[in-house]
Amino acid sequence: MDDLRKRAKELLETSAVKVVIGYEQGTANKTRALFVEKAEDADCLIFDSRCVQNLATYVTKREVKDKGKMAITATLPVMRSIIQLASEFQVNDNNLLVLGITPESKLVEFKNLSEVETFVHQYQIEIDAKNKEMLDKIAKMTQAERWKFWIDELSPCFKCYACRAACPMCYCHRCTVDFNQPQWIPVPSHELGNLEWHIMRAIHLTGRCIDCDACYNACPLAIPINLLTKRMLEDVKINFGSYQPSIKADHLMSTYKPDDKENFIQ
Amino acid sequence: MNIDKRLVRKDSLEKLFDILKQNSKTIYAPFSKNSKVSFREADSFSGITTDYIQTTQSSKEVAFPRNEKILNYSKDKEGMKVKGIDLNDIPEVVLWGVRPCDTMGIGELSAIFNWDYKDEIYNNRLSRVTVFGFSCSKSDDYCFCTSVGGNPGNTQGSDILFTQLGENGDYLAEILTDKGSSIVSISSALFEKTENIEKEKFLAEVPARFEREEIRGKLEKFFDSQLWVEQSLKCIGCGACAYVCPTCACFDIQDEAHGKSGSRVRCWDSCGFSTFTLHTSGHNPREVQSQRWRQRIMHKFLIMPDRLSVYGCTGCGRCSRACPVDMNILEHLISIQEVSL
Amino acid sequence: MTDNLYMPYLMRIERVTYEAPGVKTFMLRFVNDDDQEKFNFKAGQFGEYSVFGVGESTFCIASSPTRKSFIECTFRQTGKVTNALSGCEEGSIIGFRGPFGNTFPIDGWKGKSLLFIAGGIALPPMRCVIWNALDLRENFKDITIIYGARTVKDLVYKYELQEWERRKDVQLITTVDPGGESPDWKGEIGFVPTIVEKIAPSSKDTIAIVCGPPVMIKYTFPILSSLGFTDENIFTTLENRMKCGFGKCGRCNVGKVYVCKDGPVFTLSQLKNLPDEY
Repeated sequence: MDDLRKRAKELLETSAVKVVIGYEQGTANKTRALFVEKAEDADCLIFDSRCVQNLATYVTKREVKDKGKMAITATLPVMRSIIQLASEFQVNDNNLLVLGITPESKLVEFKNLSEVETFVHQYQIEIDAKNKEMLDKIAKMTQAERWKFWIDELSPCFKCYACRAACPMCYCHRCTVDFNQPQWIPVPSHELGNLEWHIMRAIHLTGRCIDCDACYNACPLAIPINLLTKRMLEDVKINFGSYQPSIKADHLMSTYKPDDKENFIQ
Repeated sequence: MNIDKRLVRKDSLEKLFDILKQNSKTIYAPFSKNSKVSFREADSFSGITTDYIQTTQSSKEVAFPRNEKILNYSKDKEGMKVKGIDLNDIPEVVLWGVRPCDTMGIGELSAIFNWDYKDEIYNNRLSRVTVFGFSCSKSDDYCFCTSVGGNPGNTQGSDILFTQLGENGDYLAEILTDKGSSIVSISSALFEKTENIEKEKFLAEVPARFEREEIRGKLEKFFDSQLWVEQSLKCIGCGACAYVCPTCACFDIQDEAHGKSGSRVRCWDSCGFSTFTLHTSGHNPREVQSQRWRQRIMHKFLIMPDRLSVYGCTGCGRCSRACPVDMNILEHLISIQEVSL
Repeated sequence: MTDNLYMPYLMRIERVTYEAPGVKTFMLRFVNDDDQEKFNFKAGQFGEYSVFGVGESTFCIASSPTRKSFIECTFRQTGKVTNALSGCEEGSIIGFRGPFGNTFPIDGWKGKSLLFIAGGIALPPMRCVIWNALDLRENFKDITIIYGARTVKDLVYKYELQEWERRKDVQLITTVDPGGESPDWKGEIGFVPTIVEKIAPSSKDTIAIVCGPPVMIKYTFPILSSLGFTDENIFTTLENRMKCGFGKCGRCNVGKVYVCKDGPVFTLSQLKNLPDEY
């Protein structure tokens, strides 16, 4: 990935950006996020098939954002996240430059987010065969079986909220679970508390989740919580047509218009 | 003191398991689910896994459950009734297959729960646990027990420590406490008398990587260091590290109401969460992640040794393995040691 | 205390006093006489007050340990629990765990003058010491109280302020922030630090006890120092979020210091040794 290092170096040398978000070698065979602020450190950047962490989660992190204009090493899922974030006014051309990495592992730089959007739209979001099979299997279960399946899977959850923290779309300054007036979701990690949390999360992500699996990859207990968001993705497809993140489009579950006849949101 | 050493044949473990069951012990042992190994109640011996360097979660739940009902209340015509947890309901547990870094963690966790105020719920749970430690024959890049006072065959915290004598071999059992002896007394045929066996050559090699005293000394002068900002930049503020840790004890207290009755629950919490120290007024003494990361390291390597005379880290490496963004505590500790003041 | 550290005493709300907008005082009596018998506390300590089914909230004991058989607490409605407490009526049962924390070293202050400086809702932690000192009046020389709030309405313990006003052995100065005065306001107008500077109380053989919002405290300390008060003779209390009250839940520490065990009472010299984490 010499191209990437070279470009990162240039961007930092010319002060076009203040920080380049990318990957470095991590522990054992892992890779991890790297924030390059000095041109000479750009040589630590790497890219290969192990780089699956969705780095878009950092573009809304206060400490990173505060550094100034960011450039981000972005695979297809990261680019999708960024477009969704742009549509929610979390990033824009002034604070983010995308160093795209195509599915063929080629570096491609975009002038603006609108170009990123065009690029992203060439690819449909497709749930992989293995997960699709699992979704079908769950769909065919009786209600009782399905209940048992989810209780078994979700009971071990201890609510570390790694799923939330790793998700680029979970950027709320204060999450619903952190509010206690009223306490919508029980705090303890018991059956009910866990179920409510994960179902609520999946619903909040409906029409926004770009299916990157960051939540599942982050879960220290490897609970297949991504099946919930994948199910929602399928339901969205069936009911509203295929989902693509889009800077200008209305949001499926959270469209707000200033002249909305309901006033609760104002 | 001479440790009572016995030989337990590999095939005898299952018999031991059955005897414990017959003696109405609840057994918690490591099982694999979704490719992660965790402790859960074992109904039968088959299925208990032995193929793990370290379990994903620590065994602390046996004394410090993630949710502990500390009282129940009910309101009726006669008034308010509040009833504490019945300590007699706590089961007799055998904790099977615990690594020495976890057994050592029991002491550190106990220090927190007995600092001046004795937490009788915790103490009662722990008093009914018999710990079967299993020495480590393998280690990985995350292990650093030898840097924090432990080792792969450490007996500290175990009632019986089992060391497998080579792959597929029999086990050396070191009977370390009265609780351990009482297990031997109900299954004495399985614990054969043996000549002195050296366990050392069967243990994993874990090189020492830092001096914890040196880190403690550095931390004294480190509160305002820029290092916390640098180290925590990739931290995403979840609680995975705290929840898998054998010595993290931070908790929340929550009421759960169901109509006119309900309960008060002590549940795990984590210093990594942004809301952990948030005042109702909106003021937050630890506003950014670097302050919360500093608290994590300071608590374990400065505050606990100063206030409780024990360190709060056993080198199990779980937090690093569980971290979704590869925050490696060992690496960070080494870099603290290497900073020149 | 019972074996179960988390078990609260049951307390009956005997009297509810409306103090200021959103601020109430509860007079609490032990439901169980035995509990009452065994209960002891000292000025400065705090407790965990709970509404069953809602949760616990931390605040000081606002009554003096010299007044036996009941305790009082004053709180402002801000969060989940204080909102629920505020909804409780006289006769309701609530929970109380405590007392926790250290105390004002009032025994060591014999023969000295006391200067109390409080702002807004921070009078309650001080009220406990004030009454404690007034009930042992002969032990102390001059007692001066400087108390300010944003507006006249926000002053708490209005009846007691009148009582202190009338007493010959107490000098009371009340103040409200500029613009917070009512037409008939006879007290001072100005922020607490300004008034302290204006009054310029003597530091000779005097202990200063300061409680109030952070900004008030920040500007009052240097004035006291310039008046000759040493750091060891200036006391304050810290607040941090707490759950357990006894050094286990892990959130109230400032560096190595646990507000729940080593505090809430600190001298300025102790405060100056704390890292900036409160």
